[in-house]
Amino acid sequence: MLDRLASTLRGIGSRVIDRIWRLGFAARFFVYSLAYSGESFRRFHLVIKEIYFTGVLSLIIILVSALFVGMVLGLQGYNTLQKYGSSEAVGVLVALSLVRELGPVVTALLFAGRAGTAITAEIGLMKATEQLSAMEMMAVNPIARVVAPRFWAGVISMPFLAALFSMMGVFGGYLVAVPMIGIDDGAFWSQMQANVDFHEDIVNGVIKSCVFGVACTIIALFEGYDAPPTAEGVSRATTRTVVNSSLAVLGLDFVLTSFMIG
Amino acid sequence: MSDNIVEINNLSFSYNSRLLHKGINMRFPRGKVVAIMGGSGSGKTTLLRLIGGQLKPSIGEVRVDGKVVHEQDADGIYQMRRKMGMLFQFGALFTYLSVFDNVAFPMREHTDLPESIIRDLVLLKLNAVGLRGARDLMPAELSGGMARRVALARTVALDPAIIMYDEPFAGLDPISMGVILNLIRRLNDALGATSIVVTHDVHETFAMVDYIYFVSAGVVVAEGTPAELRESQMPFVHQFVHGEVDGPVPFHYNAPDFRQDLLHA
Repeated sequence: MLDRLASTLRGIGSRVIDRIWRLGFAARFFVYSLAYSGESFRRFHLVIKEIYFTGVLSLIIILVSALFVGMVLGLQGYNTLQKYGSSEAVGVLVALSLVRELGPVVTALLFAGRAGTAITAEIGLMKATEQLSAMEMMAVNPIARVVAPRFWAGVISMPFLAALFSMMGVFGGYLVAVPMIGIDDGAFWSQMQANVDFHEDIVNGVIKSCVFGVACTIIALFEGYDAPPTAEGVSRATTRTVVNSSLAVLGLDFVLTSFMIG
Repeated sequence: MSDNIVEINNLSFSYNSRLLHKGINMRFPRGKVVAIMGGSGSGKTTLLRLIGGQLKPSIGEVRVDGKVVHEQDADGIYQMRRKMGMLFQFGALFTYLSVFDNVAFPMREHTDLPESIIRDLVLLKLNAVGLRGARDLMPAELSGGMARRVALARTVALDPAIIMYDEPFAGLDPISMGVILNLIRRLNDALGATSIVVTHDVHETFAMVDYIYFVSAGVVVAEGTPAELRESQMPFVHQFVHGEVDGPVPFHYNAPDFRQDLLHA
């Protein structure tokens, strides 16, 4: 009985130590990625290539999702607002929801699913097929050559993707509210213009998406770099990327929003 | 300048509290092709990683060109690696780059040569391995033997002084094996390099190398020229060279008595 208890406690202790060790390793990985970023900026074409893979290739899913999210917001917003006789405010509702919250958050979640998993799988497979070791043996630092350009590509892409998401979402809301439902388009746009503040809403949204960009990209890179070099290891790492990124984005969103509103 | 470009002195190495090597001593003379042979899991590849500075010995040292590898800082190790080339077991080609770009990779990373000169050098290296015509293919379009040859061209891209081969014959058909075998010797002699070949393919190795170390259970059990080892009466060497099923390396993994095992089911 006592033995079983001791072994359970040992098991829990070892798991906790393992998690803390991994967190420490992730923190060191993050610091190294920043420290070895010089080459990424000296050879910026490496970053641009990765922006194409992480940012440009994510555009379709981001824009299509944004269109539907905006259309749903328009429908739901109109449905509620018309009860209070202020259906023209639907433009404000759509724009504020998107710029403040849905733009950065949904973009980050989609980014984790589309680009994050691709980054993890790519780095994990590069490790499994000894490509990273080969690079090290060629006296090329894989953090500087492989990790840092992808990191900066993710960080740069995310705010642009979020901005495009919000733009497309507003357009989706417009499609539903003005041509479909028949709300006056002057009222739709003018109320939006009057009530969306550049600093309070847009800048804060951009700050959020930058933070999410750092979180999602570093999680994806770390999971790939730390993946056991087997098929199962890479598949688990890919799953962890989506789960950890989503939790990190939602948790960070609460923290950032409380700072911005408070 | 020492005659040996790589020296391993009294090296012990543990991994996950398992002692993998116990007091290994090896010498790799300049200009020679030396093989490290032993069964699967005997830590041969680990020795290459210790020479390349990817792992640190628990006791003892590896000297490359007179310098102790594990005493170097990160920059020192990278400087040292510029003199080395390593061919990985399955080539480890960068899958997102073409054959040409794979071979050009080390040149673009470490030199400021103009693209026109890089092109000429890459074509020279690819020509040496017979794959100049495959420059535009992607690694996924290559056979195992071709991938190994492209990786070999990349390994010697910057004319290294030490070339390390990790199981260069694994999984190759006899023709590809013969080609790689020939290339290892030819490139070594043409570049005036020193080659370290980790392998367990007896006949191919004995036909090509100058000296052989046999590693088993973490120690060097035998060493000598191919002719000496072929005549060796040491039980391990005899079993290994002649591919005998049972001997000092037992056929059965440690298990209780078979009769007892069956009766107590």
